[in-house]
Amino acid sequence: MSTYQLKVNGAQKSVTVDADTPLLWVLRDELGLVGTKYGCGIGQCGACTVHVDGMAMRSCSMTPSQVEGKEITTIEGLSKDGTHPVQQAWKEVDVPQCGYCQAGQIMTASAFLEQHPNPSEIEIKNAMHGNICRCGAYNRIYTAVEKAAKSS
Amino acid sequence: MSDKPITFSRRSFMRTSSLAGGGMLIGFNLFQACKPSVKPPIDLSNLDYNDFNAFIKIANNGAVTIFSPNPEIGQGVKTAMPMIIAEELEVAWKNVFVKQGILDTKYYTRQVAGGSQSIRHGWDALRQTGATAKQMLVNAAALRWGVDANDCKVSEGVITSPTGDTLGYGEVVNEAALLEVPEEVSLKETKDYTIIGTETVNVDIDGIITGKPLFGLDYTKEGMVFAAVVRPPAFGQKLKSFDYSEARKIPGVIDVIKIGKKVQGLLEADPSFGSKISPSDKIAVIAKSTWQAMKAKNVIKAEWEDDTFMESTADHDKKLTDLLDGTQWENRRKDGDVNKAFKEADTVIERTYESPFLPHNCMEPMNFFADVTASKVHLVGPIQTPEWKAGLVAKMLEREPEDILLEMTRMGGGFGRRLYGDFVLEAAEISDAIGKPVKLVYSREDDMSAGVYRPAIKYRIKAAIKDGQLTGYHLKEAAINDNMYGLIPNFFPAGAIANYQVDTANYQSNITTGAWRAPYTNFLAYAEQSFFDELAEAMNVDKVQFRIDLLKKVQPEKDERIQYDPDRMIAVIKKAVEKSGWGQQPKGVFQGFANYYCHNTHVAEVADVVIENGKPVVKKVTCVVDCGIVVNPMGALNQIEGGVIDGIGHSMYGDLAFEGGMPKASNYDRYRLIRMKEAPKVEVHLMQNEHSPTGLGEPTLPPAGGAVANALKAATGQRIYKQPFAKYPELLKIIEEPIIG
Ligand code: FES
Ligand code: FES
Repeated sequence: MSTYQLKVNGAQKSVTVDADTPLLWVLRDELGLVGTKYGCGIGQCGACTVHVDGMAMRSCSMTPSQVEGKEITTIEGLSKDGTHPVQQAWKEVDVPQCGYCQAGQIMTASAFLEQHPNPSEIEIKNAMHGNICRCGAYNRIYTAVEKAAKSS
Repeated sequence: MSDKPITFSRRSFMRTSSLAGGGMLIGFNLFQACKPSVKPPIDLSNLDYNDFNAFIKIANNGAVTIFSPNPEIGQGVKTAMPMIIAEELEVAWKNVFVKQGILDTKYYTRQVAGGSQSIRHGWDALRQTGATAKQMLVNAAALRWGVDANDCKVSEGVITSPTGDTLGYGEVVNEAALLEVPEEVSLKETKDYTIIGTETVNVDIDGIITGKPLFGLDYTKEGMVFAAVVRPPAFGQKLKSFDYSEARKIPGVIDVIKIGKKVQGLLEADPSFGSKISPSDKIAVIAKSTWQAMKAKNVIKAEWEDDTFMESTADHDKKLTDLLDGTQWENRRKDGDVNKAFKEADTVIERTYESPFLPHNCMEPMNFFADVTASKVHLVGPIQTPEWKAGLVAKMLEREPEDILLEMTRMGGGFGRRLYGDFVLEAAEISDAIGKPVKLVYSREDDMSAGVYRPAIKYRIKAAIKDGQLTGYHLKEAAINDNMYGLIPNFFPAGAIANYQVDTANYQSNITTGAWRAPYTNFLAYAEQSFFDELAEAMNVDKVQFRIDLLKKVQPEKDERIQYDPDRMIAVIKKAVEKSGWGQQPKGVFQGFANYYCHNTHVAEVADVVIENGKPVVKKVTCVVDCGIVVNPMGALNQIEGGVIDGIGHSMYGDLAFEGGMPKASNYDRYRLIRMKEAPKVEVHLMQNEHSPTGLGEPTLPPAGGAVANALKAATGQRIYKQPFAKYPELLKIIEEPIIG
């Protein structure tokens, strides 16, 4: 077990875990930030997406030592009270079905729009292609990303 | 027909009561209300477990809280059902709170759970409940004013007397709680609806977009530990021995135990659960965190021995073909004489359609919390059939049913997988053994390799054509462990062809199988809709007109087994033709048509395929749905779009092959699900009518595969007889690279 200093959603956190513990499980089990979801554990589904220094990253495939000293943002820290334009667009479009994949979708979309404020259709589709939605809410995910791009 | 009246007595399913701190509680049983004869529940302070599963609380300040009885699996019922109650109760939707969970009052301390029932089942009961509660509030106000209740008016929770006095619900609720439950109430007319039919965002939206702990995997309790289970790698194997010395060295590991005895005991007592859970002993690793449990699980050295035959996909293929070629049939419907029709036919066409096993792949892997103590058994998690599972756990642990407390969480997908709750039994057995609150977690690999799969199925359909007419139709189903449910043999084209027969056969496998979104029809619809296209081609008639002409022959009034409504189906088809531009598509767009009826809903879909870089791509699907009155159009459209995309995704890519009893894929690196770039635009059109609402979660899935297969034929000239389409050898020969969007 080792101790790591992590900066999560603006707050400094000290965690003591095995060195190989994925950031996903550090967030969920150690810090109680369960908004970040487990879907596959191998970087294939995007349910676990968080921001590391503003980039969308798969938290299931990162260890604590890789993120020490970096800014980690989870869905809980994306905004106060869900007011981020992407969250608002998700609400207006009523994107979720079961909702399980949606935190990951929102984190992918928000990091993407930060870099590409005026995305084309194919850019949006490429950006969101790595996030699986088993319920098939892809039409609405697309619409919400487009809407958020226009509103921000 | 689908609008059969449901009769019940309000007294038998509703009870009202005053709340200790003021206000009124109305308990009702949504599911009993659907049955004509039920015994009235005893008084509220001493409820039986199954008496009530839904509640309305009206507080002194007029706030209305509806405790939604249905677990939310993503079908939107947690929003739609309260909308129906609120409509008849005459309250503003913004003043309604919807909750799911333990209702903690002195009258009611146990969680009671309802199964997953569609809006159709609740429609009458929910309206009656809302209307009855409203009537009691009005009666209380009328009593206070000394006027006739019939002369009072209600709007948005405010009652107005004939002389213009007003009282809010909160002001009369204490008196209302003491009144008799009225037997006769009147329901609103459709045209007066102010909530039903409005676009309503799902009630959990804020929690979802901010990452609140809503799901089973998010649940936690003081002192909880985590368990991961090592199960036999192959179906047909059982545990021989295991060595856990390496696992014990992993920090955080608390215990490694063998489980299985309790489940085996239950299977002996209740064999009905037999094809849903492996009977082998298993190894449970208990640790302080999820990761430690998962990690330790992977270093357990277990030896397995072959118990029964270990099947491969090649075996399934052969066995199903043998069944199709054999003579062991169970007849499910027989009209006229198909064999005579075949003998006299000008042309006989016979085709065989094949589908693979499919895992459910709920985005949230299976998991469940259990805390078994001497005084109670506390279970929490995502489950579609809580009452059934509570009963099984009671039986398994030899406990009284009232010791079991089951709480439902939101579910990260269901698709049928969470009907079974094999994981509930495992979690309860582990907690019972270790004496601690425990959360059983499946890795994705566990989830995909210990599934309760949709099994492989083959259909063989044979048709007779004489003098340009369809004179005979014989559908045979060869399946694994089970066969189509009883209504399906009476689906279209039953009733349209004089000589019509459906036969089924199955063989028993040790691979666990069960329902998967739109059971049987999820594949049958593709087979039949492809076949109809071939028939129309052989008869040289228009494909859509061919379907309409057949539907016109159906006389449901003369055959009570026929549930679908040919007129509603024809209307849906015509609308799909109009909205999709069927037959007038621009050059380079290839269309495929399919229509289907299941879960009381009539659907038609047109898929548009184009060729891009030498490969066919599904660009758009036009989907027309008749699901009666639409309670929440926003939620309905979401369901419909999802069903179409799910149907396309699984017919194009879904494939779980087996080798030596082992699934050949166990995570998304080897198992392909549809993704953003492969998902077409889904354009939905809802029929407007006043029929009772019907199912939405399932009916748009089955025709999607048929529409796409027919469009692929139009685009490439190749008929597809086997799912998944993207792997169909004949199609792969034509296109230059694997199909992706
Ligand atoms: S859980 Fe990390 S990508 Fe699937
Ligand atoms: S909403 Fe269910 S997985 Fe995306």
